[in-house]
Amino acid sequence: MTTLDTTEASGMIMTKTAEDTGTLAKTATAARAGEHETKISASAVSVFYGEKQALFDVTIDIPARQVMAFIGPSGCGKSTFLRCINRMNDTIDICSVKGKIEIDGANIYDPKIDPVLLRARVGMVFQKPNPFPKSIYDNIAYGPRIHGVAKAGSAMDEIVETSLQRAGLWNEVKDRLHEPGTGLSGGQQQRLCIARAIAVNPDVILMDEPCSALDPIATAKVEELIDELRTRYTIVIVTHSMQQAARVSQKAAFFHLGNLIEVDETDRMFTNPTDQRTQDYITGRFG
Amino acid sequence: MSDTTAQSGKPKERAWYEPDAKLSRRHAADRRLRIYGIAAIVFALSMLATLVGTIAITAAPAVTQTMVTLEVEVPEGAVDPSDPRGGSYQKILNESVARIFPEVDTPRELRELRQIFSNGGQYALRDKVVADPSLIGRTFEITFPLSDIGDQLHKGEIDRNLPPDYRRVSDQQIGWYDRLVAQDRISAPFNWGLIFNADSRFPELAGLWGALVGSFYALLICFLVSFPVGISAAVYLEEFAPKNRLTDLIEVNINNLAAVPSIVFGLLGLAVFLNFFGMPRSAPIVGGLVLSLMTLPTIIIATRAALKAVPPSIREAAIGVGASKMQTVGHHVLPLAMPGILTGTIIGLAQALGETAPLLLIGMNAFITAAPDSMFNPSTALPTQIYIWADSPERGFTSRTSAAIIVLLGFLVCMNAIAIYMRKRFERRW
Ligand SMILES: Nc1ncnc2c1ncn2[C@@H]1O[C@H](COP(=O)(O)OP(=O)(O)O)[C@@H](O)[C@H]1O
Ligand SMILES: [Mg+2]
Repeated sequence: MTTLDTTEASGMIMTKTAEDTGTLAKTATAARAGEHETKISASAVSVFYGEKQALFDVTIDIPARQVMAFIGPSGCGKSTFLRCINRMNDTIDICSVKGKIEIDGANIYDPKIDPVLLRARVGMVFQKPNPFPKSIYDNIAYGPRIHGVAKAGSAMDEIVETSLQRAGLWNEVKDRLHEPGTGLSGGQQQRLCIARAIAVNPDVILMDEPCSALDPIATAKVEELIDELRTRYTIVIVTHSMQQAARVSQKAAFFHLGNLIEVDETDRMFTNPTDQRTQDYITGRFG
Repeated sequence: MSDTTAQSGKPKERAWYEPDAKLSRRHAADRRLRIYGIAAIVFALSMLATLVGTIAITAAPAVTQTMVTLEVEVPEGAVDPSDPRGGSYQKILNESVARIFPEVDTPRELRELRQIFSNGGQYALRDKVVADPSLIGRTFEITFPLSDIGDQLHKGEIDRNLPPDYRRVSDQQIGWYDRLVAQDRISAPFNWGLIFNADSRFPELAGLWGALVGSFYALLICFLVSFPVGISAAVYLEEFAPKNRLTDLIEVNINNLAAVPSIVFGLLGLAVFLNFFGMPRSAPIVGGLVLSLMTLPTIIIATRAALKAVPPSIREAAIGVGASKMQTVGHHVLPLAMPGILTGTIIGLAQALGETAPLLLIGMNAFITAAPDSMFNPSTALPTQIYIWADSPERGFTSRTSAAIIVLLGFLVCMNAIAIYMRKRFERRW
């Protein structure tokens, strides 16, 4: 059984297999809707580290199955906002978040939302590749195991293989799944981390400067991967590289001193920004 | 250089590579500091060498134990085969001694003669017959220790040239000893008794087994209590506890606890475990509990350091895939910290092994001639055994005390070596 995926970038024909029924069903809904519905909707989000306010009333809609890039000078709150989306900030004692963030219409800061479940739906990839010091297989299998998605055995093997394939790492590691993940190269480690995030079947993947520790070739591979992943996942990426934002993202958001200045199609923002500060940043006058 | 100066006519100017006085002073200071450092190390090492050297030299005689071999005849009637323990073995031994020295017959001489042989001979004979009752009615050889003075004679620690009143053996005793040597009855094998015998009033029979078993039980209790409690406390403080006044106070107190003199823990043990809870005196279980109080802060501090050393990126990774706090700690942080925790634990246990004062207070310096059957029986521990022996007047205990110190040091060195090995082996670079 096949279905037509009308995602603008790929427009390719995909074979429906058993394990990605869920994702494809969503894709099909989106295709019927004709355009990208809003996946994440933040309204008036302010973040405080103790007394210090790091984000000021950020309101933004992030569309499904596109890549949204957060750009801006360092220290402007990009990471802070990104970490609000999977409540990673909960782990910082002094951090408090005000406002509302909805994913598929549900407020993730609602007390009845369990951050553990949220983080399974909203995966995260960090600046520095951080595989567990375990085997490649166990790195991937860890998430599904703790969420009870699959027990050890062939079901788990299948998840591991699918995740690694989607992260474009399968061919490089299929013969050494039981070697430590920390033995891979930096770029491979980062793709392993992406595979690990994919393994728990998320809708959203957050990436905080995922290429900043990688060399140009590894960066190109990860960028290529991001482009492939957006057919299935909503991706939010923080990047300090304009070129990278231009290459991988469809929409971009510019942050400055804790304020969200401008959100637009990436192409339009880079050629024709509305705000002077955006203009200055893009043309390299500061940052 | 002077040419250039003359030609240019300028005052003498140093080239950039020529050192000035200030630089030479700096180098001289460097050299001095290095010499001080080396001198300090040489001093420390020579003190250590002197210490270990003296102990080793003092301990050397205890490495062997002088034994005598006699033929004994156990007559049919002397021992009841159905109850071989009940025989009068001292009499049997006396008879075989009398066969070698037929001329000795006055009671005073007989007493002097028997002083050469260890009181343990009868027990050695008894054990041999009990183990093999078919020996009853036969003549066979038995080897058992000479007494302390016999041992000293053999090791040349008694000066034969001194007048008899100034030494501990009479001329006659020397003569008897020499006859035993002439008959090739004297041997000096390795002193296994020092390790496998329990304590005794007689140095030639005294061994460390009771102390070793006591120390083992005490350390076992110490480990079983302080390891889980210490890790739980450290994990809670490091990973879960809010950072506030109260936890700061707890932290300060734990660090202070590590500096409390050990005798105070002994008093606490005496008051709480013995007097309040009425636990058995001198028992390894009480010793272990007291030692665990002392080991606890060491383990907590080591565990917290090990947990801190696990990079936050690992925690983020686990939380990022949806692990709960507990899972993050249990599946990732704690296993990664384990080598550091174990290293700290071993060092803590090594400290506990050498700790004496608190054990003295709870009575683990009692004179006990059998190894404890369980951790509830009275017993000594290695350091308290050393304390007891060091206090004993018999000459033979002098070398045994040093030998016991070497055994204790051996255990400590082994434990620390394991700790260092683990640190090196499992050290992670992130
Ligand atoms: N854990 C924290 N504790 C206190 N302040 C923080 C913490 N993380 C970030 N901040 C502050 O919040 C602001 C935004 O930081 P961040 O979101 O990391 O910026 P960006 O990712 O855009 O470089 C900075 O001023 C930073 O100092
Ligand atoms: Mg950042």
